[in-house]
Amino acid sequence: MSKVYVIADNIVAPLGRTTAENFAAVCQGKSGIQLQHNRLLSPADFYAAVMAPGQLEAYSNGSNLEGYTKFEQLLILSVQEALSQTNLDITRGRTAFIVSTTKGNIELLEQQPAQPPLGEMELFATAKKVAAYFNFTAAPLVVSNACISGLLAILTARRLIAAGLYDHAVVTGADVVTQFVLSGFQSFQAVSNEPCRPFDAARKGVTLGEGAATVILTNQPSLAPANAVVVNAGSVSNDANHISGPSRTGAELGMAMRHAMLNSGLTPADIGFVSAHGTATLYNDEMEAKAIHLAGLQDRPVNSFKGYYGHTLGAAGLIEAIIGVHALQQQTVIPTLGFEQLGVSMPVNVSSALTRQPMQHYLKTVSGFGGCNAAMVFSMEQ
Amino acid sequence: MSNGNAYITASCVIRDQQVFSNGSLLWQDAPGAELTDFLRKGYDRFSGQYPKFHKMDALSKLGWLAAEILLRTAPVEDHLPEQVAIVLSNRSASLDTDLRYYNTVKDIPSPALFVYTLANIVIGEICIRHGFKGEHIFFTTGGFDAQQVKAYTQILLDTGVATACLCGWVEVMEQQYEAVLYLVERQQREGGKPFAAEEMRNIYDLRF
Repeated sequence: MSKVYVIADNIVAPLGRTTAENFAAVCQGKSGIQLQHNRLLSPADFYAAVMAPGQLEAYSNGSNLEGYTKFEQLLILSVQEALSQTNLDITRGRTAFIVSTTKGNIELLEQQPAQPPLGEMELFATAKKVAAYFNFTAAPLVVSNACISGLLAILTARRLIAAGLYDHAVVTGADVVTQFVLSGFQSFQAVSNEPCRPFDAARKGVTLGEGAATVILTNQPSLAPANAVVVNAGSVSNDANHISGPSRTGAELGMAMRHAMLNSGLTPADIGFVSAHGTATLYNDEMEAKAIHLAGLQDRPVNSFKGYYGHTLGAAGLIEAIIGVHALQQQTVIPTLGFEQLGVSMPVNVSSALTRQPMQHYLKTVSGFGGCNAAMVFSMEQ
Repeated sequence: MSNGNAYITASCVIRDQQVFSNGSLLWQDAPGAELTDFLRKGYDRFSGQYPKFHKMDALSKLGWLAAEILLRTAPVEDHLPEQVAIVLSNRSASLDTDLRYYNTVKDIPSPALFVYTLANIVIGEICIRHGFKGEHIFFTTGGFDAQQVKAYTQILLDTGVATACLCGWVEVMEQQYEAVLYLVERQQREGGKPFAAEEMRNIYDLRF
Protein backbone atom coordinates (compact mmCIF):
# COMPACT_ATOMS: atom_id res chain seq x y z
CA MET A 1 0.00 0.00 0.00
CA SER A 2 1.05 3.59 -0.50
CA LYS A 3 2.45 5.45 2.48
CA VAL A 4 0.47 7.96 4.50
CA TYR A 5 2.51 10.99 5.55
CA VAL A 6 1.99 13.51 8.33
CA ILE A 7 2.45 16.80 6.47
CA ALA A 8 1.32 19.28 9.13
CA ASP A 9 0.27 19.23 12.75
CA ASN A 10 -0.87 21.55 15.50
CA ILE A 11 -1.58 21.54 19.22
CA VAL A 12 -3.63 24.27 20.92
CA ALA A 13 -3.38 23.73 24.67
CA PRO A 14 -2.43 25.57 27.86
CA LEU A 15 1.24 25.12 26.82
CA GLY A 16 0.87 27.00 23.54
CA ARG A 17 -0.90 27.56 20.24
CA THR A 18 1.47 25.69 17.92
CA THR A 19 3.19 22.33 18.06
CA ALA A 20 6.55 24.14 18.23
CA GLU A 21 5.49 26.10 21.34
CA ASN A 22 4.09 22.95 22.93
CA PHE A 23 7.07 20.77 22.11
CA ALA A 24 9.52 23.38 23.44
CA ALA A 25 7.53 23.67 26.68
CA VAL A 26 7.44 19.89 27.12
CA CYS A 27 11.20 19.62 26.51
CA GLN A 28 11.72 22.29 29.18
CA GLY A 29 9.67 20.23 31.62
CA LYS A 30 6.81 22.75 31.82
CA SER A 31 3.37 21.54 32.77
CA GLY A 32 -0.01 23.01 31.88
CA ILE A 33 -1.43 21.61 35.11
CA GLN A 34 -2.26 24.15 37.83
CA LEU A 35 -4.39 24.34 40.94
CA GLN A 36 -7.81 25.62 39.88
CA HIS A 37 -10.24 27.64 42.00
CA ASN A 38 -13.13 27.70 39.53
CA ARG A 39 -16.30 27.21 41.58
CA LEU A 40 -18.38 26.78 38.42
CA LEU A 41 -16.46 23.56 37.80
CA SER A 42 -16.04 22.24 41.31
CA PRO A 43 -16.95 23.25 44.89
CA ALA A 44 -13.39 22.43 45.98
CA ASP A 45 -10.05 23.37 44.42
CA PHE A 46 -8.69 20.85 41.93
CA TYR A 47 -5.73 20.38 39.63
CA ALA A 48 -6.28 20.56 35.88
CA ALA A 49 -4.58 21.77 32.70
CA VAL A 50 -7.02 24.39 31.41
CA MET A 51 -6.65 27.39 29.14
CA ALA A 52 -5.77 30.48 31.22
CA PRO A 53 -8.29 33.34 31.34
CA GLY A 54 -7.92 35.31 28.11
CA GLN A 55 -5.61 32.74 26.50
CA LEU A 56 -8.11 31.44 23.98
CA GLU A 57 -9.35 34.97 23.26
CA ALA A 58 -5.76 36.06 22.56
CA TYR A 59 -5.29 33.10 20.23
CA SER A 60 -8.59 33.84 18.43
CA ASN A 61 -7.77 37.48 17.85
CA GLY A 62 -8.47 38.18 14.19
CA SER A 63 -10.21 34.88 13.48
CA ASN A 64 -13.76 36.16 14.05
CA LEU A 65 -14.89 33.28 16.23
CA GLU A 66 -17.93 34.93 17.78
CA GLY A 67 -20.82 32.52 17.71
CA TYR A 68 -18.58 29.52 18.21
CA THR A 69 -18.35 27.61 21.49
CA LYS A 70 -15.07 27.09 23.30
CA PHE A 71 -14.92 23.54 21.95
CA GLU A 72 -15.44 24.77 18.39
CA GLN A 73 -12.93 27.61 18.79
CA LEU A 74 -10.27 25.15 19.95
CA LEU A 75 -10.90 22.97 16.90
CA ILE A 76 -10.97 25.90 14.47
CA LEU A 77 -7.75 27.46 15.78
CA SER A 78 -6.00 24.11 15.62
CA VAL A 79 -7.13 23.23 12.09
CA GLN A 80 -6.45 26.77 10.86
CA GLU A 81 -2.85 26.77 12.06
CA ALA A 82 -2.21 23.26 10.73
CA LEU A 83 -3.64 24.19 7.32
CA SER A 84 -1.43 27.29 7.20
CA GLN A 85 1.60 24.97 7.05
CA THR A 86 0.48 23.39 3.76
CA ASN A 87 -0.91 24.57 0.46
CA LEU A 88 -3.41 21.71 0.43
CA ASP A 89 -6.87 22.92 -0.66
CA ILE A 90 -9.21 20.76 1.39
CA THR A 91 -12.29 21.92 -0.49
CA ARG A 92 -11.03 20.36 -3.71
CA GLY A 93 -10.41 16.73 -4.35
CA ARG A 94 -10.58 13.86 -2.00
CA THR A 95 -10.01 15.08 1.53
CA ALA A 96 -11.63 13.54 4.60
CA PHE A 97 -12.45 15.83 7.53
CA ILE A 98 -12.41 13.75 10.71
CA VAL A 99 -13.33 15.06 14.15
CA SER A 100 -12.55 13.22 17.39
CA THR A 101 -14.26 14.08 20.66
CA THR A 102 -15.91 12.45 23.63
CA LYS A 103 -18.15 15.26 24.89
CA GLY A 104 -18.05 18.02 22.24
CA ASN A 105 -20.29 20.93 23.31
CA ILE A 106 -21.35 19.44 26.66
CA GLU A 107 -20.43 22.81 28.23
CA LEU A 108 -23.71 24.15 26.78
CA LEU A 109 -25.60 21.94 29.21
CA GLU A 110 -23.90 23.78 32.07
CA GLN A 111 -24.46 27.20 30.53
CA GLN A 112 -28.14 26.63 29.71
CA PRO A 113 -29.34 23.91 32.09
CA ALA A 114 -33.02 24.87 31.91
CA GLN A 115 -33.28 24.53 28.14
CA PRO A 116 -30.10 23.00 26.75
CA PRO A 117 -29.71 23.52 22.97
CA LEU A 118 -29.81 19.81 22.15
CA GLY A 119 -29.23 20.29 18.43
CA GLU A 120 -25.97 22.16 19.00
CA MET A 121 -24.87 19.44 21.39
CA GLU A 122 -25.02 16.74 18.73
CA LEU A 123 -21.43 15.87 17.87
CA PHE A 124 -22.07 15.68 14.15
CA ALA A 125 -23.75 19.12 14.12
CA THR A 126 -20.82 20.79 15.83
CA ALA A 127 -18.31 18.99 13.59
CA LYS A 128 -20.24 20.17 10.55
CA LYS A 129 -20.18 23.75 11.81
CA VAL A 130 -16.40 23.57 12.29
CA ALA A 131 -15.86 22.00 8.85
CA ALA A 132 -18.05 24.70 7.28
CA TYR A 133 -15.75 27.37 8.77
CA PHE A 134 -13.14 26.03 6.35
CA ASN A 135 -15.64 25.90 3.47
CA PHE A 136 -15.60 22.13 3.70
CA THR A 137 -19.08 21.15 2.58
CA ALA A 138 -18.95 17.34 2.48
CA ALA A 139 -20.02 15.46 5.60
CA PRO A 140 -17.29 15.25 8.24
CA LEU A 141 -16.64 11.93 9.96
CA VAL A 142 -17.01 12.00 13.73
CA VAL A 143 -15.28 9.40 15.91
CA SER A 144 -16.50 9.23 19.51
CA ASN A 145 -14.93 6.21 21.17
CA ALA A 146 -13.95 7.39 24.67
CA CYS A 147 -10.28 8.04 25.32
CA ILE A 148 -9.02 6.18 22.24
CA SER A 149 -10.95 8.55 19.92
CA GLY A 150 -7.98 10.70 18.89
CA LEU A 151 -5.67 7.86 17.92
CA LEU A 152 -8.55 5.92 16.38
CA ALA A 153 -9.38 8.96 14.24
CA ILE A 154 -5.81 8.94 12.86
CA LEU A 155 -6.04 5.19 12.25
CA THR A 156 -9.39 5.66 10.52
CA ALA A 157 -7.91 8.31 8.24
CA ARG A 158 -5.00 6.03 7.38
CA ARG A 159 -7.37 3.18 6.54
CA LEU A 160 -9.66 5.32 4.40
CA ILE A 161 -6.68 6.72 2.47
CA ALA A 162 -5.08 3.28 2.09
CA ALA A 163 -8.38 1.92 0.75
CA GLY A 164 -8.35 4.61 -1.93
CA LEU A 165 -11.43 6.46 -0.67
CA TYR A 166 -9.48 9.65 0.01
CA ASP A 167 -6.07 11.11 -0.81
CA HIS A 168 -5.79 13.45 2.17
CA ALA A 169 -7.30 13.88 5.60
CA VAL A 170 -7.64 16.60 8.19
CA VAL A 171 -7.87 14.83 11.53
CA THR A 172 -8.73 17.06 14.45
CA GLY A 173 -9.98 16.54 17.98
CA ALA A 174 -10.77 18.43 21.14
CA ASP A 175 -12.35 18.19 24.56
CA VAL A 176 -12.96 20.81 27.24
CA VAL A 177 -12.67 20.53 31.03
CA THR A 178 -16.25 20.88 32.26
CA GLN A 179 -18.17 20.43 35.49
CA PHE A 180 -19.83 17.48 33.74
CA VAL A 181 -16.62 15.52 33.19
CA LEU A 182 -14.83 16.64 36.35
CA SER A 183 -17.76 15.69 38.61
CA GLY A 184 -17.94 12.32 36.89
CA PHE A 185 -14.29 11.46 37.46
CA GLN A 186 -14.60 12.80 41.03
CA SER A 187 -17.62 10.54 41.60
CA PHE A 188 -15.33 7.62 40.73
CA GLN A 189 -12.76 8.88 43.28
CA ALA A 190 -10.41 8.90 40.28
CA VAL A 191 -9.09 12.50 40.43
CA SER A 192 -5.66 13.05 41.97
CA ASN A 193 -5.29 15.74 44.66
CA GLU A 194 -1.91 16.66 43.18
CA PRO A 195 -0.69 16.83 39.56
CA CYS A 196 -0.91 13.29 38.17
CA ARG A 197 2.09 10.97 38.51
CA PRO A 198 2.00 8.31 35.78
CA PHE A 199 3.48 4.92 36.70
CA ASP A 200 4.68 6.29 40.05
CA ALA A 201 4.36 4.32 43.28
CA ALA A 202 2.53 7.25 44.90
CA ARG A 203 0.13 7.94 42.01
CA LYS A 204 -3.37 8.94 43.07
CA GLY A 205 -5.37 9.19 39.88
CA VAL A 206 -5.98 11.37 36.85
CA THR A 207 -5.63 15.08 36.29
CA LEU A 208 -7.94 16.39 33.59
CA GLY A 209 -6.85 18.65 30.76
CA GLU A 210 -8.22 20.42 27.71
CA GLY A 211 -7.02 21.30 24.28
CA ALA A 212 -7.22 20.53 20.59
CA ALA A 213 -4.86 18.99 18.10
CA THR A 214 -4.78 18.37 14.36
CA VAL A 215 -2.79 16.30 11.91
CA ILE A 216 -2.98 16.63 8.16
CA LEU A 217 -2.27 13.42 6.27
CA THR A 218 -1.69 12.67 2.61
CA ASN A 219 -0.66 9.84 0.32
CA GLN A 220 1.20 12.27 -1.98
CA PRO A 221 4.97 12.10 -1.40
CA SER A 222 5.36 15.42 -3.19
CA LEU A 223 3.45 17.18 -0.38
CA ALA A 224 5.55 15.62 2.37
CA PRO A 225 8.39 17.64 3.93
CA ALA A 226 11.92 16.21 3.95
CA ASN A 227 11.81 14.51 7.35
CA ALA A 228 8.13 13.60 7.27
CA VAL A 229 6.82 10.95 9.61
CA VAL A 230 4.80 8.10 8.17
CA VAL A 231 1.63 6.80 9.83
CA ASN A 232 2.30 3.10 10.12
CA ALA A 233 -0.04 0.25 11.12
CA GLY A 234 -2.47 0.48 14.02
CA SER A 235 -4.81 -1.87 15.83
CA VAL A 236 -7.82 -1.70 18.15
CA SER A 237 -8.99 -4.26 20.71
CA ASN A 238 -11.63 -4.63 23.39
CA ASP A 239 -11.12 -6.06 26.88
CA ALA A 240 -14.61 -7.63 26.96
CA ASN A 241 -14.25 -7.46 30.73
CA HIS A 242 -15.63 -4.30 32.36
CA ILE A 243 -16.97 -0.98 31.09
CA SER A 244 -15.09 1.25 33.54
CA GLY A 245 -12.21 -0.91 34.79
CA PRO A 246 -9.28 -2.01 32.64
CA SER A 247 -8.38 -5.60 31.83
CA ARG A 248 -6.84 -7.54 34.71
CA THR A 249 -4.21 -9.05 32.44
CA GLY A 250 -3.42 -6.38 29.84
CA ALA A 251 -3.73 -9.13 27.21
CA GLU A 252 -6.00 -7.10 24.93
CA LEU A 253 -3.88 -3.94 24.87
CA GLY A 254 -0.85 -6.21 24.49
CA MET A 255 -2.51 -7.80 21.47
CA ALA A 256 -3.17 -4.39 19.89
CA MET A 257 0.49 -3.46 20.43
CA ARG A 258 1.69 -6.71 18.88
CA HIS A 259 -0.61 -6.32 15.87
CA ALA A 260 0.52 -2.73 15.33
CA MET A 261 4.18 -3.81 15.30
CA LEU A 262 3.59 -6.97 13.25
CA ASN A 263 1.57 -5.14 10.58
CA SER A 264 4.28 -2.49 10.40
CA GLY A 265 6.84 -5.25 9.81
CA LEU A 266 8.60 -4.49 13.09
CA THR A 267 9.73 -6.22 16.27
CA PRO A 268 9.98 -4.71 19.80
CA ALA A 269 13.69 -3.99 19.23
CA ASP A 270 12.71 -1.55 16.45
CA ILE A 271 10.58 0.60 18.76
CA GLY A 272 12.41 3.72 19.98
CA PHE A 273 9.93 4.41 22.76
CA VAL A 274 6.37 3.64 23.81
CA SER A 275 4.18 6.70 24.36
CA ALA A 276 1.76 5.11 26.80
CA HIS A 277 -1.68 6.27 27.90
CA GLY A 278 -0.39 6.55 31.50
CA THR A 279 -3.40 8.19 33.14
CA ALA A 280 -1.90 7.64 36.61
CA THR A 281 -4.86 5.71 37.96
CA LEU A 282 -3.78 2.69 39.94
CA TYR A 283 -5.42 0.20 37.61
CA ASN A 284 -4.70 1.76 34.22
CA ASP A 285 -0.95 2.02 34.69
CA GLU A 286 -0.81 -1.47 36.17
CA MET A 287 -2.69 -2.87 33.17
CA GLU A 288 -0.43 -1.02 30.74
CA ALA A 289 2.72 -2.34 32.40
CA LYS A 290 1.40 -5.89 31.95
CA ALA A 291 0.52 -5.20 28.31
CA ILE A 292 3.98 -3.77 27.64
CA HIS A 293 5.46 -7.01 28.95
CA LEU A 294 3.12 -9.18 26.91
CA ALA A 295 4.14 -7.23 23.81
CA GLY A 296 7.85 -7.76 24.58
CA LEU A 297 8.46 -4.04 25.08
CA GLN A 298 9.56 -4.11 28.74
CA ASP A 299 13.09 -2.95 27.88
CA ARG A 300 12.03 -0.08 25.63
CA PRO A 301 11.69 3.45 27.08
CA VAL A 302 8.10 4.22 28.09
CA ASN A 303 6.66 7.66 28.71
CA SER A 304 3.33 9.30 29.49
CA PHE A 305 2.59 12.93 28.61
CA LYS A 306 -0.31 13.28 31.07
CA GLY A 307 1.96 15.20 33.48
CA TYR A 308 2.22 17.99 30.87
CA TYR A 309 -1.33 18.04 29.51
CA GLY A 310 -3.53 16.17 31.96
CA HIS A 311 -5.98 13.76 30.41
CA THR A 312 -7.49 15.57 27.42
CA LEU A 313 -9.92 12.73 26.57
CA GLY A 314 -10.87 12.89 22.87
CA ALA A 315 -7.82 15.06 22.13
CA ALA A 316 -5.36 12.90 24.08
CA GLY A 317 -4.51 10.45 21.30
CA LEU A 318 -3.89 13.34 18.89
CA ILE A 319 -1.93 15.65 21.22
CA GLU A 320 0.26 12.82 22.46
CA ALA A 321 0.78 11.29 19.00
CA ILE A 322 1.99 14.69 17.76
CA ILE A 323 4.41 15.18 20.68
CA GLY A 324 5.65 11.66 19.92
CA VAL A 325 6.07 12.44 16.22
CA HIS A 326 8.22 15.46 16.99
CA ALA A 327 10.19 13.54 19.60
CA LEU A 328 10.87 10.92 16.93
CA GLN A 329 12.00 13.58 14.45
CA GLN A 330 14.28 15.09 17.11
CA GLN A 331 15.55 11.61 18.13
CA THR A 332 14.50 12.47 21.67
CA VAL A 333 12.79 10.50 24.42
CA ILE A 334 10.61 12.78 26.56
CA PRO A 335 10.64 12.19 30.33
CA THR A 336 7.45 11.29 32.22
CA LEU A 337 6.69 14.39 34.28
CA GLY A 338 5.53 13.48 37.80
CA PHE A 339 7.22 10.08 37.77
CA GLU A 340 9.82 9.31 40.43
CA GLN A 341 9.62 5.75 41.66
CA LEU A 342 8.22 2.81 39.72
CA GLY A 343 4.90 1.63 41.11
CA VAL A 344 3.69 -1.19 38.87
CA SER A 345 4.04 -4.91 39.49
CA MET A 346 5.70 -5.69 36.14
CA PRO A 347 8.83 -3.54 35.76
CA VAL A 348 8.85 -1.23 32.75
CA ASN A 349 11.49 1.23 31.63
CA VAL A 350 9.76 4.53 32.42
CA SER A 351 11.63 7.46 30.93
CA SER A 352 12.50 10.01 33.63
CA ALA A 353 15.08 12.21 31.88
CA LEU A 354 15.32 13.78 28.45
CA THR A 355 17.56 11.52 26.41
CA ARG A 356 18.73 11.38 22.82
CA GLN A 357 18.93 8.14 20.89
CA PRO A 358 18.87 7.09 17.24
CA MET A 359 15.48 5.59 16.33
CA GLN A 360 13.18 5.03 13.37
CA HIS A 361 9.84 4.17 15.02
CA TYR A 362 7.74 4.72 18.11
CA LEU A 363 4.55 3.12 19.38
CA LYS A 364 1.59 5.15 20.68
CA THR A 365 -1.07 3.50 22.85
CA VAL A 366 -4.36 4.59 24.42
CA SER A 367 -7.10 2.87 26.42
CA GLY A 368 -10.51 3.95 27.61
CA PHE A 369 -13.91 3.30 29.14
CA GLY A 370 -15.88 0.64 27.36
CA GLY A 371 -12.79 -1.60 27.46
CA CYS A 372 -11.23 -0.06 24.35
CA ASN A 373 -7.52 -0.08 23.49
CA ALA A 374 -5.60 1.19 20.47
CA ALA A 375 -1.96 1.07 19.45
CA MET A 376 -0.24 2.59 16.46
CA VAL A 377 3.27 2.86 15.04
CA PHE A 378 4.73 6.08 13.64
CA SER A 379 7.91 5.83 11.58
CA MET A 380 10.55 8.05 10.02
CA GLU A 381 10.30 8.10 6.23
CA GLN A 382 13.09 5.88 4.92
CA MET B 1 -10.24 -0.38 -2.52
CA SER B 2 -10.78 -4.06 -3.04
CA ASN B 3 -14.34 -5.28 -3.08
CA GLY B 4 -13.93 -8.73 -1.70
CA ASN B 5 -17.20 -10.53 -1.27
CA ALA B 6 -19.04 -10.18 1.98
CA TYR B 7 -22.60 -10.95 2.99
CA ILE B 8 -25.20 -9.71 5.40
CA THR B 9 -25.97 -13.04 7.06
CA ALA B 10 -28.34 -11.75 9.73
CA SER B 11 -30.13 -8.54 10.64
CA CYS B 12 -32.21 -7.08 13.42
CA VAL B 13 -34.37 -3.96 13.35
CA ILE B 14 -35.98 -2.48 16.47
CA ARG B 15 -38.26 0.56 16.31
CA ASP B 16 -41.86 1.58 17.06
CA GLN B 17 -42.27 -1.21 19.64
CA GLN B 18 -41.49 -3.78 16.94
CA VAL B 19 -38.66 -6.25 16.53
CA PHE B 20 -37.69 -7.61 13.12
CA SER B 21 -35.28 -10.49 12.70
CA ASN B 22 -33.87 -11.29 9.26
CA GLY B 23 -36.65 -9.34 7.60
CA SER B 24 -39.60 -10.84 9.50
CA LEU B 25 -41.59 -9.37 12.34
CA LEU B 26 -40.52 -11.34 15.40
CA TRP B 27 -42.39 -9.59 18.18
CA GLN B 28 -44.31 -6.43 18.89
CA ASP B 29 -45.33 -4.64 22.02
CA ALA B 30 -48.44 -2.50 22.45
CA PRO B 31 -48.19 0.72 20.42
CA GLY B 32 -47.02 3.65 22.52
CA ALA B 33 -45.26 1.54 25.17
CA GLU B 34 -42.65 3.48 27.12
CA LEU B 35 -39.09 2.75 25.99
CA THR B 36 -37.95 1.46 29.40
CA ASP B 37 -40.93 -0.91 29.66
CA PHE B 38 -40.51 -2.06 26.08
CA LEU B 39 -36.80 -2.83 26.60
CA ARG B 40 -37.61 -4.73 29.79
CA LYS B 41 -40.22 -6.83 28.01
CA GLY B 42 -37.80 -7.47 25.18
CA TYR B 43 -35.19 -8.59 27.68
CA ASP B 44 -37.65 -10.93 29.42
CA ARG B 45 -38.69 -12.39 26.11
CA PHE B 46 -35.31 -12.88 24.45
CA SER B 47 -32.95 -13.33 27.40
CA GLY B 48 -33.95 -13.03 31.05
CA GLN B 49 -30.56 -14.44 32.05
CA TYR B 50 -28.27 -11.42 32.24
CA PRO B 51 -28.70 -9.32 35.40
CA LYS B 52 -26.13 -6.73 34.19
CA PHE B 53 -28.80 -5.62 31.71
CA HIS B 54 -30.65 -3.78 34.47
CA LYS B 55 -27.68 -1.52 35.24
CA MET B 56 -27.36 -0.34 31.64
CA ASP B 57 -28.64 2.94 30.21
CA ALA B 58 -31.26 2.91 27.46
CA LEU B 59 -28.72 3.11 24.62
CA SER B 60 -26.78 0.11 25.91
CA LYS B 61 -29.97 -1.85 26.62
CA LEU B 62 -31.22 -1.23 23.09
CA GLY B 63 -27.92 -2.15 21.43
CA TRP B 64 -27.45 -5.14 23.71
CA LEU B 65 -30.98 -6.41 22.95
CA ALA B 66 -30.51 -5.92 19.20
CA ALA B 67 -27.23 -7.89 19.34
CA GLU B 68 -28.92 -10.60 21.40
CA ILE B 69 -31.62 -11.04 18.76
CA LEU B 70 -29.18 -10.68 15.84
CA LEU B 71 -26.97 -13.47 17.17
CA ARG B 72 -29.80 -15.80 18.29
CA THR B 73 -29.57 -17.83 15.13
CA ALA B 74 -26.24 -16.68 13.73
CA PRO B 75 -23.23 -19.00 14.14
CA VAL B 76 -20.88 -16.30 15.34
CA GLU B 77 -18.93 -18.97 17.25
CA ASP B 78 -17.28 -19.78 13.90
CA HIS B 79 -15.17 -16.66 14.38
CA LEU B 80 -12.29 -16.02 16.76
CA PRO B 81 -13.21 -13.43 19.42
CA GLU B 82 -10.29 -11.26 18.24
CA GLN B 83 -11.66 -11.30 14.69
CA VAL B 84 -15.17 -10.07 15.40
CA ALA B 85 -15.43 -6.32 14.84
CA ILE B 86 -18.16 -3.86 15.82
CA VAL B 87 -18.89 -0.68 13.82
CA LEU B 88 -21.75 1.36 15.28
CA SER B 89 -23.14 4.81 14.67
CA ASN B 90 -25.88 7.11 15.82
CA ARG B 91 -26.97 10.74 15.91
CA SER B 92 -27.20 11.66 19.59
CA ALA B 93 -24.13 9.83 20.98
CA SER B 94 -24.95 9.45 24.71
CA LEU B 95 -26.88 12.73 24.99
CA ASP B 96 -29.98 11.06 26.45
CA THR B 97 -27.93 9.73 29.37
CA ASP B 98 -25.84 12.92 29.54
CA LEU B 99 -29.02 14.81 30.51
CA ARG B 100 -29.87 12.22 33.15
CA TYR B 101 -26.36 12.25 34.59
CA TYR B 102 -26.20 16.04 34.72
CA ASN B 103 -29.43 16.06 36.73
CA THR B 104 -27.58 14.19 39.48
CA VAL B 105 -24.60 16.58 39.54
CA LYS B 106 -26.29 19.24 41.69
CA ASP B 107 -26.95 16.64 44.41
CA ILE B 108 -24.64 13.62 44.33
CA PRO B 109 -23.07 12.88 40.93
CA SER B 110 -23.88 9.30 39.99
CA PRO B 111 -20.88 7.22 38.91
CA ALA B 112 -23.29 4.53 37.70
CA LEU B 113 -24.77 7.01 35.21
CA PHE B 114 -21.51 8.81 34.39
CA VAL B 115 -19.95 5.67 32.96
CA TYR B 116 -22.70 5.56 30.32
CA THR B 117 -22.04 9.13 29.13
CA LEU B 118 -19.91 7.84 26.26
CA ALA B 119 -21.35 6.62 22.99
CA ASN B 120 -19.09 3.56 22.75
CA ILE B 121 -20.14 1.98 26.05
CA VAL B 122 -22.82 0.05 24.18
CA ILE B 123 -20.01 -1.59 22.18
CA GLY B 124 -18.30 -2.51 25.44
CA GLU B 125 -21.49 -4.09 26.76
CA ILE B 126 -21.92 -6.19 23.61
CA CYS B 127 -18.25 -7.24 23.79
CA ILE B 128 -18.61 -8.28 27.45
CA ARG B 129 -21.76 -10.30 26.71
CA HIS B 130 -20.35 -12.17 23.71
CA GLY B 131 -16.62 -12.11 24.50
CA PHE B 132 -15.74 -10.14 21.35
CA LYS B 133 -12.24 -8.67 21.55
CA GLY B 134 -11.72 -7.29 18.07
CA GLU B 135 -11.70 -3.93 16.32
CA HIS B 136 -14.47 -1.46 17.00
CA ILE B 137 -15.44 2.14 16.37
CA PHE B 138 -18.35 4.46 17.13
CA PHE B 139 -19.24 7.14 14.56
CA THR B 140 -21.81 9.87 14.97
CA THR B 141 -23.64 11.07 11.88
CA GLY B 142 -26.68 13.23 11.09
CA GLY B 143 -28.75 10.16 10.21
CA PHE B 144 -28.09 6.53 9.36
CA ASP B 145 -25.25 6.64 6.83
CA ALA B 146 -25.17 3.17 5.28
CA GLN B 147 -22.32 4.12 2.97
CA GLN B 148 -20.02 5.20 5.81
CA VAL B 149 -20.69 2.12 7.92
CA LYS B 150 -20.32 -0.12 4.86
CA ALA B 151 -17.04 1.48 3.77
CA TYR B 152 -15.34 1.12 7.14
CA THR B 153 -16.64 -2.41 7.71
CA GLN B 154 -15.48 -3.45 4.24
CA ILE B 155 -11.98 -2.16 5.01
CA LEU B 156 -11.83 -4.22 8.22
CA LEU B 157 -12.87 -7.34 6.29
CA ASP B 158 -10.67 -6.69 3.26
CA THR B 159 -7.55 -6.05 5.31
CA GLY B 160 -8.05 -9.24 7.32
CA VAL B 161 -8.52 -7.33 10.57
CA ALA B 162 -11.90 -9.03 11.04
CA THR B 163 -13.70 -12.07 9.65
CA ALA B 164 -17.09 -10.94 10.92
CA CYS B 165 -18.54 -7.59 11.87
CA LEU B 166 -21.62 -6.42 13.74
CA CYS B 167 -22.42 -3.05 12.24
CA GLY B 168 -25.24 -0.56 12.06
CA TRP B 169 -27.10 2.12 13.97
CA VAL B 170 -28.21 2.38 17.61
CA GLU B 171 -29.96 5.62 18.55
CA VAL B 172 -31.81 6.73 21.68
CA MET B 173 -32.99 10.25 22.50
CA GLU B 174 -35.73 10.45 25.12
CA GLN B 175 -38.61 8.34 23.74
CA GLN B 176 -37.16 8.22 20.21
CA TYR B 177 -35.20 5.06 19.56
CA GLU B 178 -34.05 2.94 16.67
CA ALA B 179 -31.62 0.05 16.28
CA VAL B 180 -30.56 -1.64 13.07
CA LEU B 181 -27.80 -4.21 13.31
CA TYR B 182 -26.26 -6.33 10.58
CA LEU B 183 -24.01 -9.33 10.90
CA VAL B 184 -21.55 -9.24 8.02
CA GLU B 185 -19.39 -12.24 7.16
CA ARG B 186 -17.04 -13.29 4.40
CA GLN B 187 -18.88 -16.51 3.69
CA GLN B 188 -22.37 -16.71 2.26
CA ARG B 189 -25.05 -18.41 4.33
CA GLU B 190 -28.61 -19.39 3.56
CA GLY B 191 -30.70 -16.26 3.15
CA GLY B 192 -27.63 -14.01 3.16
CA LYS B 193 -27.62 -10.85 1.08
CA PRO B 194 -24.70 -9.16 -0.64
CA PHE B 195 -23.04 -6.62 1.66
CA ALA B 196 -23.92 -3.39 -0.09
CA ALA B 197 -25.17 -0.01 1.11
CA GLU B 198 -28.34 -0.50 -0.92
CA GLU B 199 -29.13 -3.79 0.84
CA MET B 200 -28.43 -2.13 4.17
CA ARG B 201 -30.88 0.62 3.28
CA ASN B 202 -33.51 -1.93 2.25
CA ILE B 203 -33.26 -3.60 5.63
CA TYR B 204 -33.19 -0.26 7.44
CA ASP B 205 -36.34 0.86 5.59
CA LEU B 206 -38.24 -2.23 6.70
CA ARG B 207 -41.62 -1.27 8.17
CA PHE B 208 -44.55 -3.42 9.16
